Amino acid sequence: MALQSLDIKQRSATTTPSTQVRETIEVAKLIDVSACIGCKACQVACSEWNDIRDEVGNCHGVYDNPMDLTAKSWTVMRFTEVEQNNKLEWLIRKDGCMHCADPGCLKACPAPGAIIQYSNGIVDFHQENCIGCGYCVTGCPFNVPRISKEDSKAYKCSLCSDRVAVNQAPACAKACPTGAIQFGSKEDMKDYAAKRVTDLKERGYDQAGLYDPQGVGGTHVMYVLHHADKPDLYAGLPANPSISPLVSLWKGFAKPLATLAMGAVALGSLFHYVTKGPNEVSKEIEDEIEKEDAK
Amino acid sequence: MIRDPKDLKRYEPKERANHWVVGISFILLALSGLAFFHPAFFPLTQLFGGPTWARIIHPYLGVLMAVSFLALFFRFKHLNQMTPADKEWLSKAKQMVDGDDHNMPEQGKYNGGQKVMFWALAICMLLMAVSGLLIWRAWFGFDITLVRMGAVVHAAAGAFMIGLIMVHVYAAIWVKGTIRAMWYGTVTRGWAKQHHRGWYRQVTGK
Repeated sequence: MALQSLDIKQRSATTTPSTQVRETIEVAKLIDVSACIGCKACQVACSEWNDIRDEVGNCHGVYDNPMDLTAKSWTVMRFTEVEQNNKLEWLIRKDGCMHCADPGCLKACPAPGAIIQYSNGIVDFHQENCIGCGYCVTGCPFNVPRISKEDSKAYKCSLCSDRVAVNQAPACAKACPTGAIQFGSKEDMKDYAAKRVTDLKERGYDQAGLYDPQGVGGTHVMYVLHHADKPDLYAGLPANPSISPLVSLWKGFAKPLATLAMGAVALGSLFHYVTKGPNEVSKEIEDEIEKEDAK
Repeated sequence: MIRDPKDLKRYEPKERANHWVVGISFILLALSGLAFFHPAFFPLTQLFGGPTWARIIHPYLGVLMAVSFLALFFRFKHLNQMTPADKEWLSKAKQMVDGDDHNMPEQGKYNGGQKVMFWALAICMLLMAVSGLLIWRAWFGFDITLVRMGAVVHAAAGAFMIGLIMVHVYAAIWVKGTIRAMWYGTVTRGWAKQHHRGWYRQVTGK
């Protein structure tokens, strides 16, 4: 169920406007990659708060564990070793839903109310309305939603919408021991990020910057990156993410037009019948057949 | 069942049964598919036991339609080869639609319009089957770009095919005496002489 204390701004597969009268403050989670030590406390806190235990996997010889997001692991740390400025750097990015202002998942979803966007910017999946088609996966520019093998429902980070609704920070932000995960209004997070970027630049990271990609209207999970010019270094973070043109074509203006066209064919047929009349065997041919029979 | 011993046999029982399997699966696919096509049609999922069941059933119906259409395709392919007379028929199709069939060239078992319908549906069926497999997440997990292309093609070809079938069904309603061929396989001699004179000559020897 939608949380009553949060207003729903947008709802999947719904053609009329959702609640618009009240403007609430936009929230954001800021992940300062430069301050992350890769302890995975956020992963554990996520599992704890949401009360979901993923299967214990196997070690793949790297720090990443689990190796990918799953229906039961809504956030994972992605570890990358790169050489930058002639030295080894260990980049650790907490991956998960970015809570786009223009969410591709919501755009693609065919089930009314299975994906909603609160006016504070959080994009939430309501599994009770989810039909398990996986269109959200098709629509997402960040490859985040996962379909559960147990119940075929889609799952992802909720930005702890239940906690945010009662003025609590998301569990991951609460658990982070280094302050690498900050939570607050989007404006405050941008201000905080600006200070961090200034600091990083003073330390020699000339290309440090904030990751708040405008191709998806900005996000409600943002990163401070030491190499903001190369987001791809961070386990393939897309440089200019946007909803795929294929998804826009699929879910955009073509469908209402096609619906009208189908209606026009149906009505056109009806009016053709009414105006031109049925195509019956002519009297002439019927008489010919009768004559044949009379012989 | 033969109503009049002089009626002409147009379809064998197995051909009719095959057509009905394709037809029933198409109607169920169109209703469940439209539900995911646009929110306006979403309530159609209730016909299938709810939205999740509609999502589960739809692709299996698709497999049924693809297989049964393939059988139908091989049954009727040889009867749907385009001839110069078909092209002439098509060039005069507007007169036919306007209700005047006096200038139409003599047609065999199928006219040019029916043949175009046959091949257009065959292409759509192929597109639907391939794109449908690409987006069937219960069984497959293809590359995201392929899945996105599959979603576009599936929606576009599906909408187009619904339009084609509307024309197909309407043509059968418009041309009186046609639908019985689908039910019990026969048409009257008058019907055959009027609409498919080449076929009429062939089967009656007149």
